[in-house]
Formats: sequence, structure tokens, C-alpha cells
Amino acid sequence: MRARLRDPLLWTSLALVALVLALPRSKPLFAALFPGLERPLFELDDFAALLAGHLLLVGASSGAAVLLGLGAGIFVTRAAGAEFRGLVETIITIGQTFPPVAVLAVAVPVIGFGFDPAFIALLLYGLLPIVDTTIAGLAGVPAPLREAARGMGMGEGAILCKLELPLAAPVILAGVRSSVIINVGTATVASTVGARTLGLPIIIGLNGANPAYILQGAVPVALLAIVLDLAFGRLLAMLQPPRYSMPNS
Amino acid sequence: MIEFEHVTKRYGASAVVENLSLAVAGGEFCVIIGTSGAGKSTALKMINQLVSPSEGRVRVNGEDVRLAPPAALRRRIGYVIQSIGLFPHWTVARNIGAVPELIGWSKRRIRARAAELLTLLKLAPDAFLDRYPHELSVGQQQRVGIARALAADQDILLMDEPFGALDPITREALQAEIAEIQRASRKTVVFVTHDMDEALRLGSRIAVMDRGRLVQAATPLELLTAPASDFVRDLVGRDDLGVKLLGLATVASRLRAGVPAPGEPIAAGASLRRALSRMVAEGRDRLGVVDGDGRPLGAIHLADLLRR
Amino acid sequence: MVRNRVLLVLLLAGLLAAPSLAFLTLAPNRLVSGAPISLGAALHGEALILLLPAVLLALGVFLPQRRALHALTAAAAAGFLLLLVRLAGSEAALLAQTAPPVARISLGGAFWVLLIIAALALSDALRRLAVPAPAGVLLGAVVVGALGLLLLSGALDSLAIVREYAARRTAFAAAILRHAAMVALALLPTVLLGLPLGVLARRREALAAWLFPLLNVVQTIPSIALFGVLLAPLSGLAGHFPALARFGIGGVGVLPAVIALILYALLPVTRNTSEGLAGVSPAALEAGRGLGMTPRQLLWRVELPLALPVILSGLRIAALQTIGLAAVAALIGAGGLGAIMFQGLFADALDLVLLGVLPIILMALAANVLFDLGLGRLRRLRR
Repeated sequence: MRARLRDPLLWTSLALVALVLALPRSKPLFAALFPGLERPLFELDDFAALLAGHLLLVGASSGAAVLLGLGAGIFVTRAAGAEFRGLVETIITIGQTFPPVAVLAVAVPVIGFGFDPAFIALLLYGLLPIVDTTIAGLAGVPAPLREAARGMGMGEGAILCKLELPLAAPVILAGVRSSVIINVGTATVASTVGARTLGLPIIIGLNGANPAYILQGAVPVALLAIVLDLAFGRLLAMLQPPRYSMPNS
Repeated sequence: MIEFEHVTKRYGASAVVENLSLAVAGGEFCVIIGTSGAGKSTALKMINQLVSPSEGRVRVNGEDVRLAPPAALRRRIGYVIQSIGLFPHWTVARNIGAVPELIGWSKRRIRARAAELLTLLKLAPDAFLDRYPHELSVGQQQRVGIARALAADQDILLMDEPFGALDPITREALQAEIAEIQRASRKTVVFVTHDMDEALRLGSRIAVMDRGRLVQAATPLELLTAPASDFVRDLVGRDDLGVKLLGLATVASRLRAGVPAPGEPIAAGASLRRALSRMVAEGRDRLGVVDGDGRPLGAIHLADLLRR
Repeated sequence: MVRNRVLLVLLLAGLLAAPSLAFLTLAPNRLVSGAPISLGAALHGEALILLLPAVLLALGVFLPQRRALHALTAAAAAGFLLLLVRLAGSEAALLAQTAPPVARISLGGAFWVLLIIAALALSDALRRLAVPAPAGVLLGAVVVGALGLLLLSGALDSLAIVREYAARRTAFAAAILRHAAMVALALLPTVLLGLPLGVLARRREALAAWLFPLLNVVQTIPSIALFGVLLAPLSGLAGHFPALARFGIGGVGVLPAVIALILYALLPVTRNTSEGLAGVSPAALEAGRGLGMTPRQLLWRVELPLALPVILSGLRIAALQTIGLAAVAALIGAGGLGAIMFQGLFADALDLVLLGVLPIILMALAANVLFDLGLGRLRRLRR
């Protein structure tokens, strides 16, 4: 019980919820902190709605990226798709040198303002680490294990589902984790292109030289990123008990 | 001259080496043998201060090793380990020259010394000096590892299961070479192993350790004929004790000079064990004996093997 | 008989994109969106030579796969890429003759798709040829150099992106310098701080136990949030000490950006230094100690050289990340190429966005190539 109370994931999540609920009522506090400001509290939009928008954008783009990324990673590690592996790896290497914000900036003039360009940019950029780690995870399954499974009479599908994916899961999940964290950051900047996210108070605060707005956006979004990172850390820890320790090969 | 004086090493509550007293004379080839966990490696590492004793004292040439700066002490003592530990980013030449470089030899002298040692260890200098360790077989790597330990002509050589990872043929070749090098240079060698055949083959004295304690330190012959405890008797092996005894003496020691014998002869330097094996395999009760140049010296008979 | 499915897929994607997307767009002025001009409409007269490499690429799909064919495919892909860019330039020049002076002729989706496809076909052909990395980089540099010559020759002058550049030549050069300066100002202290910290973290577990979680949390925080949070106190500082503002330590400016960039870059450098040292084989360490190296000699002669590949790949991550994040720093007024990018973004001017983005990407790619070459050399030297 004690240990559970000290769980950082629990109290950061609670802190995030409390913060989002308390912010609309915090006007006197920020008025006292920044006495020079005419509008000490961001009231153009609801913080809960901004948080929901942020989560929706990240969730939708990362979810799509996981589906597509897993598919692509599995395809190029099968015999049928092996020919494409070099091409895919080139795209990943080059793509990861692109700054995420650049992908966002290019998407807007092509697609227009709003949720869509942000979604597409986050999806495309989020794909890269997932495909990367899917390939690495599946390729990292020791060949003798695959051979043993084949020797027992497992089909290719069974080998993938029962052996390769479970063994590669921690590696793949690490890719999903970095993809999601990058997307939380890019979604923040995406408020510059009209997406409704927690970046909005920051951007408006930067434009209007309002440090209170900046704080009201930055603190929740930083907390959100930390909560998600901790959650993935928890998930990874659950996936990596000794039963998954790889034999030496 | 290396002396352990009532040396104990503890990690936490458990003693890895307990009250060890042992003196290794200059020019001696001392093998420390024991099962894994007997404390033999720990004892070895207390000589060059990689491990510090909890109690007691280790002296090298009369001097307490704790009084010397560890780095300076180690540069005077050659060190070979089972995992070899060549520096992967250095060429063979630079690896061999590691200690000479530390003590400030000139580049030219280091390279000449490296070439000399490679020749001694039967690796062609021109072919190997500028290669990287990963381009060598494990056996070649350990030859370089030994060359590195000899580079500054240290008069003490510590070897921690140096041949444990080698295949039997390479191991035997390297055993012969290290024995020859020790005979020629009269270096003091302390050699750790868990292989009794290796110990009998190399050691002028064998120290048996069990669970941190020294059980017996004796010549190979004494160890075989007068084991101090059942543990030593088991370690030596009860079943092939006689064969092992034959392994300690050479054909020359039982030679019937001038007596002729038919068939393929045996070298005078070969062990009696080999002579027995030949007789059994070839179904003969006598073998001709020749010297190193193939000149006939006499013969050895099956009955000679039973003489003490 | 299909013999190269990768090339087939690339060609099919090109065949699909070329007719359905605009090759160029022509807008009468900056405010209205442009009318599309298809690749088909641009392919006339001399431009038809573009079809030659295209046909050669198609042959590459079906002919028996030999080295000579891969070399031909590579040459065809490179030729297609250069001809495509030249075609865009010459067609734009043609259009500009009849269009009003304020008209904007921009590169369309078909151009970009075909450009990327040609580049991918080139890289795939080079991989099939098993060209060693330095030679591949050299070939890439030749193609980029040819593009540069094309740009310098004036053949592309009618394109809006080149016009945007011509209109802000000095600002563009200043932005590149500012961007590079920010990256250098962030990376130098990162290395000076991160390397010793990484060594210390490897030596003292107590330090590692709080340092890495802390840096990891920093790494998690979205860049714009950290920029914003640093901005407030530093702008306050400059307000109290006007002299500071004169020296450029103004809140809105480079200092908070560089501090944030250092905080982000510290994790990869420190963590990889520590991991690299942890990866040094225990045998090499024991041998080094046993031979009589002092701890300092062991660190400089054995541990750091052996950890170098891992340290360098950490530095690569830090460099790429810093180049990208420095673009975001434009939002807090730090300038650099991000300023041009966001200017274009807010004006809905793709050409201006690209003018900011392309040099950032080129900078990142160049850094990546440099690190690749360095790491490749190290890895070949030792294993």
C-alpha cells in the first residue's frame, strides 16, 4: 500500500488532472504572481478540452502509426518482403534526420490548417521509430529459436505470433514509446497550425509576451509527457520479467 | 621469490582465501590447482595487487606488495588471463609493447622486442605485427597475450587459467612452449588451472587449494604418491594414478643402453606414458629409443615401466 | 518477368503520382492558390529527354539483374533526378514569360514525389551494387553538386523558392549562420559537460541513479514548453539588468534557446558515454590493470578509445536533435532557419517554408553523413 502511494505514475497522473481542473480557478494566483499582466489567465479555451485535443491528436496519430509501422516492419522481415528492407531502412534513416517540426511545417501548405496536417505529420514522423524497432526486434530473435519452432512443426504465422512478436515486444514498445513522446512534443507545436492542443496557451503567450500563458501551457504539457513516459516505462517493465530473458546465442 | 604469509581474503562474511601461507622460490614453476571457487585466482591476483588481502601479507622479492605503488608493481610482473584481454583497438605490435610503452622504451626498441617475442612464440613477425586482434585465431591471440606478458622481460609471470579456452591441440602446443620458455629463462611462474594433467605436465611444484585453504603443496611425484587427503586423491584421480605417474618420467630414465629393438623407435624425451601407449597400441613389449637427432640409443621394455 | 520488385513499386508510385498531382503550380500572386500544371503539359520539345532515363529504369525492372544493370539503373536514376529539376526550371522560365511579374511558380506534389522516387531508386541501385559507404557519399555529393551548379547557372531562377531566396539573400545567409552558431554553442558545452558526467556516472552509481532519470524527464518535456519556461525568468533577468540585454542575453533570444538545447543534448551524450564505458570488455580492463596501467592511463588508452563508437553515436543523436530543435527556438525569437520556416507557415507560403526547411534538412543530412563516415572508419578498424 505504501509502495503504491509512492508510485510516481500515480501521483504525476493525479497532479495532471488536478492541475487541469484547478487552472480555470487560478486567476487570483497568477494575478498575484504576474501583477503587471492585464490577463493573467488563459481563458480563450478550456484546459480540459485542450488536454483532450492533445490526447486525441497523439492517440490517433500514434495508433495509426503503430498499425502501419508494425505491418511494414513485419512485411520487410518476411521472405516475401525482404527485398524492400534496404529501401525501408534508407527511408527510416533519412527520415529520422528530418526535424519533426519540419514535417509539420511542410504538411500545412499542402494540406491546410487544422487537425489534418498535424495528424498526417505526426503519423508520418511517428512511423519511423516504430518501423525501426519492429525490424530490429524481429531481426533480433535468435535464429536457433526460429529453427527450433520450425522443427516442432509451427507454421510461419504461429512462429510470428507465438515466438517472434512476444520476444520482440519490449524492443517494439520502446519504439512506440519514443514515437509517442516525440508526438506529444510535435502536437504542442502543432497549435501553430491550428490544432487544438495544450500548445495553444504557449504560442499565444509567446506572441503576446505573456509569461503566465506560457506557464499555463508548458507545465501541463510537460506533466502529460512525463505521465505518458512513466506509463510506457511501467508497460515495458511488465513485459520484461525474467521469462523473456533471451538465451545467449 | 613470492611469499604468502597467513593471507586471508574476505568478501563480506565469506572467506575466499583463508590463512594461506606459501612460498614460491625464484625460478620455480608453481601451479595452483583446485576446483572452481577454491580461491586460486584470488590468491594469484593478490600477488600483483589486483586484489588486496584482508589479513596477512604478500611479499615479492622480500618486499610487501602493499608498499609499492600498484601500477609500478604490476609493470614488473607479467600477467596472462584466460579471456586473453588483448586491446581490440591496438595492433599486435602495440599490444605486445603495452608495458614497454608505459615504462618509456623507444618505438624502435619496442617494435624489435615485439618481433623477437612473436618469433619466440612461433608467429611470423612480418605477418602478425600490424594485424588487429580480431584477425587472429584464439590460439594466436593467446600467443600474443603471452608475448605481451613477457615484453619487458619481467622475472615473474602470473598465468590465470591461460589455456582454458583453447582446443586440446593448441593447448598442448602452448603448454610445451611455456614450459620451454620457463626452462630457458628461469622465470618464476605462478600458474592457475583446474586441469590436473596440465598441472602435472608443467609444475615443478603443485599447490592444491580447496575452499580457500591450501591442502597440499608438493612436487608432482609426491602429490601422486603421497596425497595429503582424500580431496587430493580424488583430484589426482584414483583410477589412472599409475598412468599419471608414468607421465612424470621420460623414456631416457629407464633406457637399456645399446640394446637393439625392432620397429618404429620412440624419442628419449617422450614420457613413459607415451611409451606404454605405443606398446599397447602396437601389441609390442619393447620399443627402440632414439635421441633428438634420430640416432639409436637403446631400447625400453614393458617390464621397465614397473621399475621405481 | 519482374526481376526487381523494389524498382517496380517505385515506378508504379511515380506513374500514379505524375498524372494525379501538379508538377508546378502557377498563382497570379502570393495570396491566391495556384493553378496546377501537370507533368504531361510540361513534357514537350527538348524536355522529352526525361523519358529516356525513365525507360531505362523500367528496363531495370525486367532485365536479368547484373552489376552492369544496377550501374545503369543508378545512372538513369541520377539522370532522371537532374533532368527533372532542370525541367521544372525551364518550364517555370517559359511560364514566367507570359505571366505577370508577381506571379508565383511553385514546385508541385508530382515534382517532389518523383524527386524522392528518383533518389530512392538511386540509393537502392547503389545498395545492390554494394558500393562502399564513402563511395556512395561521394556519388551523393556529385548529384548534390550538380544540383548546385544548376541553381547557380540561373536555370531555376523563375521558381518561387529561388525568388524567395533572391528576395532575402542576406537574411537567409544570416539565418544559416545563426542556426549553425546556435547548434555549435549548444553542442560544445554539451560535450565538455556530458563526457566527464558520463565518465563520472559510470564510476559512481549514486550519481547515475538520479542524473539519468532527471535528464530523461528533461528529454520528455516538449521543446516549446521548455523554451517557454526558460524564457520567463531570463526575460525577467534582462528586464532588471538592461546591460545584459545589450549583450544579447535577452529573454527573447539565443540564450534560453541554447540552454534548452544543451539540456536536451546532455542525455544522449552522457548516457552513451556511460554505456560505452560499461561495454568495454572486462578482459581488456583486467589486462590493462594487470599490466600496470594507472586508472588515468586505463581511461585514456583503453576505455575511452573502446567506448568511442558508442560515444560518437550519442553525439550524432545530440547533433541531429539540436539541428531540428533549433528550428523550434525561432518561436521564442532566437532566429535561425526556423524563423524563415515559421514566417512561411504563418503566411501559408510553402516556398518560404521550404526555404527554411531544406537547409535544416541538408544540415542534418550532412551531419549524419559525417558521423556515418567516422563511425564506419572506426568500425572497420576494429571489432
